[in-house]
Amino acid sequence: MSVPWLTVLGLIPLLGAAVLCFPVKEIAKGLGMAFALITAGVAFGVAALYVGGTELAEIAPWIPPFGASWALGLDGMSLMMVLLTVLLVPAVLLAEWKLFDTGAFRWSAQVFFALVLALESLALFVFLADDVLLFYLFFEATLIPMYFLIGGFGGARRSYAAVKFLLFSLAGGLVMLFSVVGLYAESTRLLGRPSFLVSDLAGLGFSPATGMLLMVGFLFAFAIKAPMVPVHTWLPTAAEEGTPGTSVLLVGILDKIGTFGMIKFCLVLFPDASREAGPVMIVLALISILYGAVAAIGSKNLLRLVAYTSVSHFGFMVLGIYTFTTGGMSGTVFYMFNHGFSTAALFLVLGFLISRRGSALVESFGGVQKVAPVLAGTTLVAGLSSLALPGMSSFVSEFMVLAGTWSREPWVAAVAVLGTVLAAVYILLMYQRVMTGPVTDQVREHVTTDLNARERWVMAPLLAVILALGFVPQVALNVIEPTVVATLTQAQISDPAVPFAEK
Amino acid sequence: MNIPAPTFEWFELSPLLIVLVGACLGVLVEALMPRRLRFVSQLVLLAATVLAAIVMLVINWRQGSGGILAMGSISLDGPAYIAWGSLLVFGLLGILVFSERRLDNGATVFAASASSVPGSPLESEATTARLEHSEVFPLALFSLAGMMVFASANDLITLFIALEVMSLPLYVLSAMARRRRLLSQEAGLKYFLLGAFSSAFFLFGMALLYGYAGSFDLKAIDVAIAAPTFGPGLLYTGIAMLAVGLLFKIGVVPFHSWIPDVYVGAPTPVTGFMAICTKLAAVIGGVRVFYVALGAERWSWQPLLAVLALLTMAVGAILALTQTDIKRMLAYSSVAHAGFLLTAVVGALAVVPEGQVNSVGSIMFYLIAYGFAVIAAFAIVTLVRDSAGEANALSGWSGLGRTHPALAGVFAFLMLSFAGIPLTGGFIGKWAVFSAAWRGGYWWLVLAAIIFSLVAAYFYIRVIVVMFFGEPNRQVAVGKASGMTWVPIVVGAAATVYLGLFPGQLLELLAGAEVFWR
Repeated sequence: MSVPWLTVLGLIPLLGAAVLCFPVKEIAKGLGMAFALITAGVAFGVAALYVGGTELAEIAPWIPPFGASWALGLDGMSLMMVLLTVLLVPAVLLAEWKLFDTGAFRWSAQVFFALVLALESLALFVFLADDVLLFYLFFEATLIPMYFLIGGFGGARRSYAAVKFLLFSLAGGLVMLFSVVGLYAESTRLLGRPSFLVSDLAGLGFSPATGMLLMVGFLFAFAIKAPMVPVHTWLPTAAEEGTPGTSVLLVGILDKIGTFGMIKFCLVLFPDASREAGPVMIVLALISILYGAVAAIGSKNLLRLVAYTSVSHFGFMVLGIYTFTTGGMSGTVFYMFNHGFSTAALFLVLGFLISRRGSALVESFGGVQKVAPVLAGTTLVAGLSSLALPGMSSFVSEFMVLAGTWSREPWVAAVAVLGTVLAAVYILLMYQRVMTGPVTDQVREHVTTDLNARERWVMAPLLAVILALGFVPQVALNVIEPTVVATLTQAQISDPAVPFAEK
Repeated sequence: MNIPAPTFEWFELSPLLIVLVGACLGVLVEALMPRRLRFVSQLVLLAATVLAAIVMLVINWRQGSGGILAMGSISLDGPAYIAWGSLLVFGLLGILVFSERRLDNGATVFAASASSVPGSPLESEATTARLEHSEVFPLALFSLAGMMVFASANDLITLFIALEVMSLPLYVLSAMARRRRLLSQEAGLKYFLLGAFSSAFFLFGMALLYGYAGSFDLKAIDVAIAAPTFGPGLLYTGIAMLAVGLLFKIGVVPFHSWIPDVYVGAPTPVTGFMAICTKLAAVIGGVRVFYVALGAERWSWQPLLAVLALLTMAVGAILALTQTDIKRMLAYSSVAHAGFLLTAVVGALAVVPEGQVNSVGSIMFYLIAYGFAVIAAFAIVTLVRDSAGEANALSGWSGLGRTHPALAGVFAFLMLSFAGIPLTGGFIGKWAVFSAAWRGGYWWLVLAAIIFSLVAAYFYIRVIVVMFFGEPNRQVAVGKASGMTWVPIVVGAAATVYLGLFPGQLLELLAGAEVFWR
């Protein structure tokens, strides 16, 4: 092992954030973007190394008395999350480029860019950590930049939204701390030495009661993070008050830590307890799918609407995990990646629209497609991706989740399919109300320009990824599947027999 | 008749002796030096004393010397070394802030003539003459010496004497604020009366334990518990009374009521000094009594302490929610922190694998992490001022993040450390004490502690909200301070970052120095 690539990858954006702490007023945005792009470049290099079979895992003692290590590793799932992160961050930075010229925001562009880069670094380490304490540390640390991103740059009630976000997340994080402390005490007893390495802790054989207690602590934190009904209420508030870019980072990247953690920690460390929790989680997932969709239909605010669609989508992801099939879980991991892009596209393009009109309410719009056809078309494509139209990458993942669910619980799949129907309703209804119909006076007055070059450059790559992976999903699935198979093998779960093939 | 000469290990005890001698020299300076030279010479003497003590401590540590010293009255073991070292460091940092004179037109925070009646001609005369009480430095040194003895006392008599030596100067120091003098005098009086009351309990408990064991020696009490000659009534009453005295100093509910008033009334630098040094000495001394003398009886006191820990966390965290004064908020937060600390005491004597920190080690780590943060936090409190002195109302701190981003950033970071957010020393400390409690079998206490951590997080975050998202308050400005204030702030904040990122070294040090000698 010569260069610790994973550490380097995580530290580049942090270095960028540090550089932005110095007064570099004019070139701050350029510098920030440069660091984001370098990170993306390195991430693709790392991906190439990973696909080429290079051993990338790093391990060094960090707090020996606690048995904690600086252990970073990459598998198919974390690679997808890393790529998602490094691709979305430049898009967000470019999308918010002009945000600060309007004078409506109190903090400077430099602070925004620095916070985003700091967040990127912490998020990368979250996805790379192979040590539970290290993971926990970064998991909690991501809250701080996100808190300031919401509280420093959002709308009128930003302070309230930021505190609500922080308290919900801290509640989850602290309950998880309880489990991490317990994991430490119990594993020390079982192993005879302290260790936090996932590889050491997997398959330790906790007593059922202890395993369940510890698993619930983790799961609670992840359920808040991946907003599941009934602990989702912080997300619509945060999305409504935050800037669209902030919401992309929040929903597109940070919330994925929830489903990521369910697979990487709940399932691997506590397979028995996770299996037992399966039915409960399936029910919660179904509730999330339907509740999120219905709430999205009823949302008066565009950003709130997108937030609720995400609640629904996260329901699908959780469903894919807790039906325990290779196909379903691969679908979930792929869904996590796709959802990042489709939600980002939707948030950002609606953000462009909202910044023109100066209002995020659905009723403030009407007939936009006549004055801004490109904007409307882009919104439609992004929306169709969100409702999982065939040809879009999200279709593949949603189909895999449903197929996996069907093979285990056909009735659950039947209920979940309702969610896809409702998805069509909320997206198309929104499109109809906002984009079609006669052009209202306010829209004619405020929406004077179509997407400009910068905004097109934000949207084009996002939509390109969505369409490309819609046609050749195998590129991603080849990376994902081995990890999922390994996870399920470790959890000693085998796929159900194909229901109709045997006859 | 042959009386054996008492043995006294001069070299091993030199750090303690140096502090005591330094304090005595300080009194001489006060008596003999011309007035204009006093302040500077006191300061030099203070720094020289503490640094010399630290050097001697390190030399002793390197030589591995230690053991039961001074005819069985001092136990210089691992925890005592750590306690002495951290007391000296925190003491120096805390007392440095005493000497800040740039903030208030060349005057310290101490009254020009503390014995004059507030508002009297005598007082204004002293103020115009620019008198100052440079005897605060020897007072603080005496107190520091008392704390060092308290943290290492091996018998109850020494413990009691140390208790008084460390407390009496603090009573005086608390009453000496230049501004809001009545409040300060009230604080001093309250502290003195309640302290005297708790000392009486302590003394009575001592007497009962002496009656039970026939000795003041901690080891002898342990032996007596193993082979009792009397029934347990005497023992239990003795433990309870002794505990009242010890828990009073730590600030555990229901003996916490002095903390908010004294913390608010005392001059802020004194509050910072007390907040960590008194607590550290009291906790180490108390834990020593519980572990060494009463360890065999732990089944009777552990459940009780668990309940008190729960109460302390609850009362501290919930009452802090409603505070609008920053010093009062920090005072209640210190009560809550005492509760978090006690969770580890409850996990006492659980067996840990080689090289890991046990409950004593985790308590000491918590105290050290808390100490750096609290010293820096109170030093920052002295900086935020309006025309009447310090602006302690939370509303005065509004918008500080916009007018002074760096200072507010540091304070926000310290708040995060108090709240136990990762990447700060406070998180590792919480982590350590919680895992100690869990190992002791008190997982429900860990759960409760986590719930109250969340409650506590709310009021720390409220400070951040006020500072960063509020409108700036025009009447409040950040005073221009000298290095005497900045050094503790910078050292405290840097140590908090360091302990959050790389706690390994200190933890390893503690893991090797966490066993009490008996």
